[in-house]
Amino acid sequence: MKAHLTRRYMFSASHRLHSDAMSAEENRTTYGKCNNPYGHGHNYALEVTVSGPVDEQTGMVCNLVDLDGFVQREILERFDQQNLNALPDFAVSVPTTENLCIVIYDILQRGFREAHLEKVRFEETMMNAFEYAG
Amino acid sequence: MVYLTRKAEFSASHYYHNPEFSAEENRRIFGKCNNPNGHGHNYTLEVTVKGEVNPRSGFVVDLKQLKEVLHREVLDAMDHRFLNKEVPEFFTRIPTTENLAIVIWQRLAPKLKAAQLHRVRVYETPDLFVDYYGET
Repeated sequence: MKAHLTRRYMFSASHRLHSDAMSAEENRTTYGKCNNPYGHGHNYALEVTVSGPVDEQTGMVCNLVDLDGFVQREILERFDQQNLNALPDFAVSVPTTENLCIVIYDILQRGFREAHLEKVRFEETMMNAFEYAG
Repeated sequence: MVYLTRKAEFSASHYYHNPEFSAEENRRIFGKCNNPNGHGHNYTLEVTVKGEVNPRSGFVVDLKQLKEVLHREVLDAMDHRFLNKEVPEFFTRIPTTENLAIVIWQRLAPKLKAAQLHRVRVYETPDLFVDYYGET
């Protein structure tokens, strides 16, 4: 029987929304306060949803130790307490939460083999959330 | 089609152990959850049903009936219980959150009349939940 398992993680990071393809004026009108040159931060909540048949021997879709270990190693250790703009993942793209969803989805999709990746969901604040399912 | 979700909470204890595994394997796979004395969680259950809105009542489902079924089939059986020892499905299946969602689905689905069960979501903690949609 197939089930979906979702695990929620927290990390904090700063960013500035700014596109080199836009003029200063366009950046200001597009990104508003988020274009402030010194950046600002968020406490991001990341939800990772994986799916698969529930193993009859273990009762699990995948062992949480494996998922937690992967996320800790490949995501939290790289993104927590960082300035997103300074990371190679955002060398050419703007670190909006939309793009953050895609970057994190791709990391999981490439490296996590224990279950099927369904989607990645981000809460940037309590008032907004973003989902990416590939 | 309209979807309606009802939430409920229950507290229960459990432990993870497969008698087909060696003691060492059980410890390695299930870690702290293998402690035979068990440990507990405050579970949050979300039951989502779907259906057309009845033109006379304006309801997808009579919430009173849904609540009764939820209490009888799930809360009376699982609230303040040791799942491994007191809920028959878990005499032979490991009471992981995955299996809990499946068992709750299997208990509710045949009892719901007006509306169709869409999803059972079980939160074991605020940062871990499982969704089951009745998929085989």
